[in-house]
Amino acid sequence: MTVQEADGWSVADAPVIVSLQNVDKYFGPVHVLNDVSLDVAQGEVVVVIGPSGSGKSTLCRAINRLEPIDSGQIIVNGQPLPEEGKQLALLRAEVGMVFQSFNLFAHKTILDNVTLGPRKVRKTPKADAEKEAMALLERVGIKDQAGKLPAQLSGGQQQRAAIARALAMHPKLMLFDEPTSALDPEMINEVLDVMVDLAKNNMTMIVVTHEMGFARRVADRVVFMSDGCLLEQATPEEFFTNPQTDRAKDFLAKILQH
Amino acid sequence: MGFLGGYGQVLADSSVLGAFWVNITLTFWSAIIALVLGTAAAAMRISPFTSFRAVSTLFVNIFRDIPLTVVMVMMSLVVSMALGVQFSNDLNLDAYVLAVIGLGLYHSAFVAEALRSGVNTVPLGQAEAARAIGLTFSQSASLVVLPQAFRGAIAPLGNTLIALIKNTTVATAVGVAAQTSGLMKGMIEIHANYVFAIFMTFALGYVIIVIPVGLATTALSRRLAVKR
Ligand SMILES: Nc1ncnc2c1ncn2[C@@H]1O[C@H](COP(=O)(O)OP(=O)(O)OP(=O)(O)O)[C@@H](O)[C@H]1O
Ligand SMILES: [Mg+2]
Repeated sequence: MTVQEADGWSVADAPVIVSLQNVDKYFGPVHVLNDVSLDVAQGEVVVVIGPSGSGKSTLCRAINRLEPIDSGQIIVNGQPLPEEGKQLALLRAEVGMVFQSFNLFAHKTILDNVTLGPRKVRKTPKADAEKEAMALLERVGIKDQAGKLPAQLSGGQQQRAAIARALAMHPKLMLFDEPTSALDPEMINEVLDVMVDLAKNNMTMIVVTHEMGFARRVADRVVFMSDGCLLEQATPEEFFTNPQTDRAKDFLAKILQH
Repeated sequence: MGFLGGYGQVLADSSVLGAFWVNITLTFWSAIIALVLGTAAAAMRISPFTSFRAVSTLFVNIFRDIPLTVVMVMMSLVVSMALGVQFSNDLNLDAYVLAVIGLGLYHSAFVAEALRSGVNTVPLGQAEAARAIGLTFSQSASLVVLPQAFRGAIAPLGNTLIALIKNTTVATAVGVAAQTSGLMKGMIEIHANYVFAIFMTFALGYVIIVIPVGLATTALSRRLAVKR
């Protein structure tokens, strides 16, 4: 049974949400992104894996232009990334980002963290923004933490709040940069569950993670990066059972030992 | 009449409280100017535009490095005499305004530096998260970075305020005579026999004003500290 038969549409038919075309990025002499091309379609979940320093974070950050690129093109939602300024801010609002270290606004309550974007960027009235924020917090299971400050929450709760904050902007795409790497093991699943739920609800996602269980279960595609190059793209099944490059084989051998 | 009675009479004849009040109002108005200019300079210092950063750096360095008395004399010589700017026909009020502007400019450099040290307490991830949800540079500065920077800068801001309170005595340099250092000088000239008592009176007055400010900023910086 193909994806097409199951959902009535296939990834190939869906519009492309992000398109990276021959993207290069240097940090000084280091070629951090080396001729990277990648298309992600509406509703697709792409898991990015690769050794430390291979450029996974930089890839995510380039997509919402937290890092400028040196050459190539990044098209988000049909629009090339604008230069710094109002236009770029509006485009960033369409792309949700979840960081390894949560980065909740430390001086604001969880509720205010979630409503800040809608109120200041979308000009949503306070009452409406709060109503939706509470619904989102309920969805990620931390409704009763709404009035607390980030430092009063556990890591898992903070990361779920950060996901709610990103969702409040109604993003077309969600970027996750190792969202569970900073968490104690017992909190990893509560965050992954929220991400699985998002994927089921047809959210377009690019996820940098070492959680192979998540990749197998949720990813439509696994992308393997090494030294700034995008070396392999395959379904999780293909990639994990039959990696093509030596580097991917090495990498899998190392992480599967654990 | 004993020593105490005699000095009591000296105090009764001099407007010590009035003089302190002048220093307090000088502090108030120049603190507002310093806070506004200092915040603007700090915001420019963290902006993505090189020219803004350069202007802010220049401004801060000029007013931080020139001694306050020189700034005050410059206010008199340059603004008042050379440029002929007059804020009021009342010479006393004119001097007062010059003093407020000079004090405000000088201390704004220290406010900017205090805020910059506060900005350094805010992790980079805070600004990145703000930009990632679509806030513009000025929104992420005013809603996320600077509010946390202020909380991290309360202690150095308090120190700047204390320095400002004491530095208002330099207002003499532009001709604000009705304040503490002017009065103290006058009193010592007339009542040379009470020089030590007069001196102690003014020293004590400043201690009484400054101690609560120090306690308040310490308490405030503890209470408002951003927990991470
Ligand atoms: N701001 C920076 N300045 C200079 N070099 C950087 C910077 N950020 C990243 N790098 C370098 O770029 C390369 C790619 O970094 P990146 O963070 O994208 O890797 P990563 O795949 O996310 O690694 P990890 O798994 O450790 O998070 C590394 O060599 C890193 O040292
Ligand atoms: Mg990384």
